[in-house]
Amino acid sequence: MKTIHPYARLLVLTASLLMVIAFFVPFWKIEMWAPQYPEWLHMKIWLNKITGDVDIINGLNHYIGMKHIEVEMFPEFTYMPYILAGMIAFGLLTAFLAKRSFVLAFLIILLVAGAAGLADFYLWGYDYGHNLDPAAAIKVPGMSYQPPLIGSKELLNFVAYSAPDWGGIALGFSGVLVIIALWLDIKMNKKTRLS
Amino acid sequence: MLTTIAAVTLGTLFLGGCKPKTPGSVETGDAASKVYVAPGKYDEFYNILSGGFNGQMSVVGLPSGRVFKIIPVFSVHPENGYGYSEESKPMLNTSNGFVPWDDLHHIALSTTKGEHDGRWAFGNANNTPRVARIDLTTFETAEILEIPNSGGNHSSPFITENTEYLVASSRFSVPIGDDKQRDVPIDTYKENFKGTISFVRIAPEDGALSIAFQLVTPGVNFDLARAGKGKSHGWFFFSTYNTELAHTLLEVNASQKDKDFILAVNWKKAEEYIKAGKGIKVKARYAHNKLEHGTQIAKSTIREEVIQLNIKDFPDIAYFIPCPKSPHGTDVDPTGEYIIGSGKLAAQIPVFSFTKLMKAIENKDFEGKFDGMPVIKYESALHGIVEKPGLGPLHTEFDGKGNAYTSMFVSSEVVKWNIERLEVIDRVPTYYSVGHLMIPGGPTAKPHGKYLVAYNKITKDRYLPTGPELCHSAQLYDISGEKMKLLLDFPTIGEPHYGEALPAALIMKKQVKFYRLEDNTHPYAVKSEEETKIERKGKEVHVYMTSIRSHFGPDNIEGIKIGDEVYFHVTNLEQDWDVPHGFAVKGAKTAELLIMPGVTQTLKWVPERVGVFPFYCTDFCSALHQEMQGYIRVSPAGSNVSLKYSLGN
Repeated sequence: MKTIHPYARLLVLTASLLMVIAFFVPFWKIEMWAPQYPEWLHMKIWLNKITGDVDIINGLNHYIGMKHIEVEMFPEFTYMPYILAGMIAFGLLTAFLAKRSFVLAFLIILLVAGAAGLADFYLWGYDYGHNLDPAAAIKVPGMSYQPPLIGSKELLNFVAYSAPDWGGIALGFSGVLVIIALWLDIKMNKKTRLS
Repeated sequence: MLTTIAAVTLGTLFLGGCKPKTPGSVETGDAASKVYVAPGKYDEFYNILSGGFNGQMSVVGLPSGRVFKIIPVFSVHPENGYGYSEESKPMLNTSNGFVPWDDLHHIALSTTKGEHDGRWAFGNANNTPRVARIDLTTFETAEILEIPNSGGNHSSPFITENTEYLVASSRFSVPIGDDKQRDVPIDTYKENFKGTISFVRIAPEDGALSIAFQLVTPGVNFDLARAGKGKSHGWFFFSTYNTELAHTLLEVNASQKDKDFILAVNWKKAEEYIKAGKGIKVKARYAHNKLEHGTQIAKSTIREEVIQLNIKDFPDIAYFIPCPKSPHGTDVDPTGEYIIGSGKLAAQIPVFSFTKLMKAIENKDFEGKFDGMPVIKYESALHGIVEKPGLGPLHTEFDGKGNAYTSMFVSSEVVKWNIERLEVIDRVPTYYSVGHLMIPGGPTAKPHGKYLVAYNKITKDRYLPTGPELCHSAQLYDISGEKMKLLLDFPTIGEPHYGEALPAALIMKKQVKFYRLEDNTHPYAVKSEEETKIERKGKEVHVYMTSIRSHFGPDNIEGIKIGDEVYFHVTNLEQDWDVPHGFAVKGAKTAELLIMPGVTQTLKWVPERVGVFPFYCTDFCSALHQEMQGYIRVSPAGSNVSLKYSLGN
């Protein structure tokens, strides 16, 4: 089996290295605005931790019976760095071997990982927003507080906004690079065959 | 003939019959828009005003005139527990014990190279002589230093160009020394009464205050002062009255002489003498109170000693400059060249030249002696005189464009005049009887010559009347053009004597939003609800309590007995901006506590009756603020109810 086009190879390499960024910057962000918080509250989700105004958000959310957000809540934090490291390793291997089947596999891994991540985040958000303390001081009939998966949503006096942070953006970009690599390789291959 | 008389009478009725026009209140067309700060927008300047007889400072925005905060300084403040909480009580300690009130007249804002730097505000206590330092990142009183050997601290807390020193000079001279030296007949004033000028060193790193040295002077009354700057840096100028050295009916007896003095002090020289060990250590007793950083507890230390220099023994550190009729303000222009004396009973303003003063000293151009010390020849130090500026000149500030603005108490106006040419340019009425006036940065090397504020003593008909006691007021003028324009009239808190203003940008970003819980080293602090507890030490009961939206921990307490002294040590666990919690308990003879996030405050409570007493949060903290409450049970002395506390059981 022949190797992929050098440009495609370079793209795969870039995509793999780009993912390293996610170790050093937050992956996702949730931002909240309310009349009392014109400066916005920020929560940053990293591969293995949560930073930002978590204590303030917890303090506010206890009125409506939401759980305290803390690191222990997310078993994902224990294995996420390894998954990402594995993905990067596979990407580097793909760049090294330069086989189209590996590029395709790499893309599938990226897509599956992305979809699984989003699904996991959705499930956490669903539980966090619905599983409320029955003894909560404020109960609004029919109201749940699931944060938006992506985009913004009004929750009582708050507007919550959820979006990828630099780590998530880097990963998305990696995916795009791999798609381009695959497309480029197929196109170049066709050209070679025609000529 | 008759017709003529009729015509004249009619004419008189029409022309002379009308009352003469008075200044009235003339609001110029676009004034409202010039002071309008739209909702959500910020003022351009912070104006920090003294509160006079309320012993506080107030913080006002300019140009809107809106009040943002009252800072308790020398007076207790039940509103937030200042002077009532165990932590703040030592701040008001003096050599006379706890003094809950004072009269705060003047503000000085710290400067570097003569320009505002936004680090600290200083204030003076006129009655029980003290000076205070306010931290401009928290707007809280951080330190108070008592001034010994002074009968009244009016001529204070004016500062040097780089905030090296602030001065505290005695308005009331008193006999000083040991008990025997101080117990003398009042009519031996001339021999026994002494004035003092204390140079209080300000540590550049943290602002800590200490008396570096004290100059002993004849028993004149020091009124106001200003440090030299630029070319005159190293000198200090003090206005004096009662150079007659009268001790009774001063109204008459201290107004006899044609001229009193401005005392020019070469403080750099005095500093050298102190360094050379020429100062004399004398016994004194004064309190030094300072807020500790980690614990937020004020600590009071009694100091026992000051170093003095009698200016008589050091003829090259102090020179008397004659100045007409009981000078009040002595103000130095932004360049440091001109010193403006305002003889409050004179109808002219003398302007002295620093260059000429130096020359006169060099040439020994003296016209006589005062108590053995040289008096400079009046004309030799004089740059010139502003003739007929108005009546009762008090204070002068500057716009940085070569103009001076002098307040006229008696003729109730502000007069703008050119310093170089000594010509009056404009005058505007004030409502009424202006005392100090203020231009943002006006006493510094870099005035912002855009606004001028007049602080008035009388308001009469300016506002809706409120019985016999009326508010004091301020007027804001636009001074950006040739003519001054009245923009705004606003009531003030207490009796602001003086204030200073600085650009908001200098301190806005530096504001502390809350205290970090991990930095709290208060001995009774608890960092979480799990750590809350109650300890009994004999009759003393210490409650280690927490507050967080929206409950106290613990909120049920039993086992207190009549005769116990209960100390509620409440730590506010919040770590966010603008979430103070209050704490009040029924029957407390002190006040409430208002506890900032991350801070521990203590309220002492001595129950005198048996029963169950509620306590609650006084600062509307959240949607469940009204539920933030608890109970403490008090049993008879000797009862066997055991100590018990709980939360949410």
